[in-house]
Amino acid sequence: MAVINVKQISKRYGTCVALDGVSLQVNPGEIYGLIGPDGAGKTTLFRILVTLLLPDEGLAEVDGLDTVRDYRKIRSRIGYMPGRFSLYQDLSVEENLDFFATMFGTSIAENYENIKEIYAQIEPFKDRKAGALSGGMKQKLALCCALVHRPSVLFLDEPTTGVDAISRKEFWNMLYRIRRSGVTILVSTPYMDEAALCDRISLIQKGRIIETGTPDEIVGRYPHQLFGVCGEPAYPLLKFLRTCPGVLRCFSFGSEHHVAAEPGVLTAGGLQAAVEEAGFRKVSVRDIRPNIEDCFMELAKENDYGQG
Amino acid sequence: MDKDNKVIVVHELTKKFGNFTAVDHISFEVHHGEIFGFLGANGAGKTTAMKILCGLSLPTSGGGTVNGFDLCREQEKIKRNIGYMSQKFSLYADLKVWENIRLFGGIYGLSSKVIREKTESMLHNLNMTDLRNELVGDLPLGWKQKLAFSIALIHEPGIVFLDEPTGGVDPETRRLFWEMIYETASHGTTIFVTTHYMDEAEYCDRVSIMVDGVIADLDAPAILKERYQAADMDAVFRQLAQKAKRQ
Repeated sequence: MAVINVKQISKRYGTCVALDGVSLQVNPGEIYGLIGPDGAGKTTLFRILVTLLLPDEGLAEVDGLDTVRDYRKIRSRIGYMPGRFSLYQDLSVEENLDFFATMFGTSIAENYENIKEIYAQIEPFKDRKAGALSGGMKQKLALCCALVHRPSVLFLDEPTTGVDAISRKEFWNMLYRIRRSGVTILVSTPYMDEAALCDRISLIQKGRIIETGTPDEIVGRYPHQLFGVCGEPAYPLLKFLRTCPGVLRCFSFGSEHHVAAEPGVLTAGGLQAAVEEAGFRKVSVRDIRPNIEDCFMELAKENDYGQG
Repeated sequence: MDKDNKVIVVHELTKKFGNFTAVDHISFEVHHGEIFGFLGANGAGKTTAMKILCGLSLPTSGGGTVNGFDLCREQEKIKRNIGYMSQKFSLYADLKVWENIRLFGGIYGLSSKVIREKTESMLHNLNMTDLRNELVGDLPLGWKQKLAFSIALIHEPGIVFLDEPTGGVDPETRRLFWEMIYETASHGTTIFVTTHYMDEAEYCDRVSIMVDGVIADLDAPAILKERYQAADMDAVFRQLAQKAKRQ
């Protein structure tokens, strides 16, 4: 049975449609990723699931309980880490944790085992005000506060936004440890590279789920042939590739340009010759597997960049 | 890019808060027309350094120039001669497109006549002539970004500071934004940019990586990757940033 069950949820703010018939199921013990840019509807869905917001239409269940009817029961069973740092800046690390434990009718001592691994890293600073912590430590404290009452489901809304690559990696390692204790985790992120770290994901754009599956399944459904092209100068090369016959789309991915073409129309060798003939230097062309960002861009084609 | 023409020159720049040294004797130069990536882990001192470069904070010791103006003595001139944009704050959502242009033009001291002309040419170049009376808050994100970037350049600064300009932006809009950066740099505007997306570090001409208040390394992405035997800038960043000792 799904731990989180969302059926055709819609939510409007005035004329703005934040969620438009969203459905998804999260299985027990999964790390489930909700991947999409700002404004896609991620936070609205989280707020509905943690019973802070009522949907206009549809049904949502958490741990078998209805988010509208059974909201009080749900609140005691879930941990929620909102996107913005939500702790009390002028309380110390220990005071924050103690506060959240008390709110849920428990104590730090009673649940120390549950948070030990993460809390041990910030315990040396337990007298420091939360407002004076570094980004990585704030994140760890917020996670401890969300875990201190032993929730069965954890909701993490953009826990790694604005966090550097090292702290992000550490954070994911913590999530894996939490999963091992049987907690189900729904996590949202705008960083597409984090999609690959989830068991299953949904890609969300403009209030709609545009794809769901394991990262491998989603990559496997990518419809085009993809080439990675390097060469100098890079920006003129990007513009040139877009004019090549057979090229559907072309965007930069770090030092490489990803060129999408209908299967069988282009070959790496042919593309290499064309690019070299046009006078570009240090050219290399190879067949590549798409990543989640390629897939997202393909699925979100009707993008909002307008006519420009 | 013109290597003999330096837009930023910084020497032994230091900022202390009490006994904490946020920025610790950093020295570097940024060339005219260069796309310069300013990376660092959270708490490495990036924001503090950037505030000094934008004329918003005084160094404790050391110094330098931005656009030829002194970081210690000519802060007001620096503010007038740079552009600034961040993802967190750029435009007023409850003002119309033309009102935002009018406001920022006025802040930078442009005459009404110049602002009128700038408004027309900007809206024309952005293909937004029909949207002048729209509230900025109602624009799609991609439009907002293009507009914010153009407004940051309204007073034709020699350099523009972009503070995490693409955080939380969808993959395609993020890439189209970088194409605007390339276009702008190719016309001689210097770009100073911070980001947490390591693929974007690859798009810079040179990248500096701050760790614990110092510049741990600074070079072109290709050279850095070779130096650290790394496949991409993400791996370079990890190698350098994991040496951090600060909490």
